[in-house]
Amino acid sequence: MPASFMPSAQEMMRFLPETLLTLAGVFLMVLEAIMAPENKGRLKAFALFALAAALAAAVIAYNDPGPAFNRLLIIDGFATFFRVLVIGVAILAVLGSSQYLAREGANPGEYWALVLFSVVGQSLMVTSNELIMIFIGLEISSIASYVLAGYLRDDARNSESALKYFLLGSFATGFLLYGVAWIYGLTGTTDLSQIRADLANRDISNSMMMIGAACALMFVGFAFKVSAAPFQVWAPDVYQGAPSPVAAFLSSGPKAAAFAMFLRVFVTAFEPVADRWEPIVWASALVTMIVGNFAALRQTNVKRLMAYSSIAHAGYVMVAVATHSKLGIEAAMFYLAAYALTNLGAFAVITCLVGKGERFVEIKDLAGLGARQPLSAAMLTIFLLSLIGVPLTGGFFGKFYIFKAALDARLIWLTVLGLLNSAVAAYYYLRILVVMYMEEPGDTVENTQEMGGALKFVLVGSAVATLVIGTFPSLLLDVASRYAVLGR
Amino acid sequence: MIDTALFYVFALMTLGGGILCITRRNAVHAAIWLIASLMGVAGLFLLQRAEFLFAVQIVLYIGGIMVLFLFVIMLINLDTAAAERQYSGQWKLALGAVVLAGGEIAWVMARGLPGLGAAAAVQDGGEGGSDGNVERLADLLFSEYLLPFEIVSILLLAAIVGSVFLARRRTS
Amino acid sequence: MLHPVGTGHYLVLSLALLLVGILGVLTRRNLVIVLMSVELILNAVNINLIAFSKHTGNLAGQVFAIFVITLAVAEAAVGLGLLIALFRNRETTSADEVNLLRW
Repeated sequence: MPASFMPSAQEMMRFLPETLLTLAGVFLMVLEAIMAPENKGRLKAFALFALAAALAAAVIAYNDPGPAFNRLLIIDGFATFFRVLVIGVAILAVLGSSQYLAREGANPGEYWALVLFSVVGQSLMVTSNELIMIFIGLEISSIASYVLAGYLRDDARNSESALKYFLLGSFATGFLLYGVAWIYGLTGTTDLSQIRADLANRDISNSMMMIGAACALMFVGFAFKVSAAPFQVWAPDVYQGAPSPVAAFLSSGPKAAAFAMFLRVFVTAFEPVADRWEPIVWASALVTMIVGNFAALRQTNVKRLMAYSSIAHAGYVMVAVATHSKLGIEAAMFYLAAYALTNLGAFAVITCLVGKGERFVEIKDLAGLGARQPLSAAMLTIFLLSLIGVPLTGGFFGKFYIFKAALDARLIWLTVLGLLNSAVAAYYYLRILVVMYMEEPGDTVENTQEMGGALKFVLVGSAVATLVIGTFPSLLLDVASRYAVLGR
Repeated sequence: MIDTALFYVFALMTLGGGILCITRRNAVHAAIWLIASLMGVAGLFLLQRAEFLFAVQIVLYIGGIMVLFLFVIMLINLDTAAAERQYSGQWKLALGAVVLAGGEIAWVMARGLPGLGAAAAVQDGGEGGSDGNVERLADLLFSEYLLPFEIVSILLLAAIVGSVFLARRRTS
Repeated sequence: MLHPVGTGHYLVLSLALLLVGILGVLTRRNLVIVLMSVELILNAVNINLIAFSKHTGNLAGQVFAIFVITLAVAEAAVGLGLLIALFRNRETTSADEVNLLRW
């Protein structure tokens, strides 16, 4: 055993995005403490600058792909794609939060720092090739998320949603860890590649039951993080109670990272026992779609409806996981990117419309939006059409590729039921459109606040991106298929 | 022989403490039973030759986390909580489901353990060398697991920032 | 005459402690005690890790256990912070009264 271990410059380069974000987060808190209150606006610019630098570093790191730090991390195409995705989501989330925080009178310093820490965690989740690292990344991201969900600490709804999120989240972490401990005990290693080799090469018929149980325990933990049934109960409460921009962030970035980690563990390490876990994921995907869509039908609160919609969309990605093929991984990558854009855009509209103290969160409060705020209404229309999966939007091709991959993997029933589900989903999205354009505004006060420039940028930017992906899907699909390379 | 007896003593402490912890009405009593349970776990670490973890368990867990717990319990007045309903309405259902799930896992383990048990006899094979537990652990932490060792500080930093931020007195 | 203790004994003990923890989380209404039950679950994980570490003869399990304890510290700090924030807003720590959002 070597007495000391200095990482090489090459490894440090591969790890540069996380290093940058960590330093920026720490620096941000120092600045927060010493800066005069009137200059605090610059903290946001600093956070954005750090995220942009990390984005560039993540792209550059892929020039020299490979493992780092004793194979604890692996910088492959898959990792790079998701690194860029989560950092990009964070940039949009920061842009979409500042107006909200100013309106609620919250101090934004710690907010930016926590977002940066959360991105470090997500970035580790998608690059780790080892269960200890995955677990640490997941927890950094989760702890930051718990605090962000309760960021307006004087708001009773905020602290309640954060506490529920925290209690159920740490409960799920317990299951995940118990499963990891068993996998370690059965294979003697926590390295994903070695677990795979061990499961593939050794005669495991003796301990098959225990491996299955360990996979099931880990599945509970992962399913919770991606809000897949039957562990989705936290999502509606958390998204409804958390500040709108935080709900937007949680349902895009950390969710994509959790799916990346889920895919990597199950498709890399547990592939030799795929015939065992495939039925579980199959059933979970189906139930997730059904629960999400049918519960969304009877929601009157917009944020709660978006939460159920996010559960339903997690169900579609679970279909892609169930295929455990390269095509399925590509489809999941495409879908998660398209969904993140659409979702951030839709939440940007909600963030602006709910008004101070989030008083206008019912669907009926959207009545007459088409006349009152034509821009917001038009953009929201694009996002809703993309969530339905109408052609020419990113959502259409996301669903198309997922169900194509499912058909290739001979998951015929799941495809049929999934398509039926998306037909059901069209109803509740269209209902919002009807309220927006057909109904007269009720006696709800003219609550609307002028939309700030940053929020407008997020709104128009994600709408344009959604349409571009929908019109030229090969732009994103080519990237996804080139980057769907899992280092083993 | 003495190891076996000690195992049962510590196991009893761990489980008994755990059961008493989740059934006490008063949160302070529950915390004290939790401490007993954690001490049992520390004893088990010692039996398994994990001396460093034994020390960590006592200092960090019992000295740190539990004091934090007690502090918060004192801070937020829980007298009213002790008088309220203690268990959720479906506790019988939960008990049944948990016992059933436990039985299933135990059954799975009983079938899987023979494969595992065969290797149990050579358990000292890997413990070669004259170095103590702490030295070997430190070697691992500063070589192979250097990255998680460093990165876990971000976890702690995020937790500190978060908890200070949340628990800070209102400014208004 | 007692049988010598093997890895299996530790695994069974860990499973029992896990079940006690789960039962605590599922049934208790006092949120501080729910938090303590989560600590029990993490300790069950650690017993497992130590037993497996000894069984397989590599120390990775003990390293992992150190990180699990670190996580327990972080979770306890954040969880108690959230509890204090909730208590300031609602004057309660009972799951029954945490009902602003449909639970």
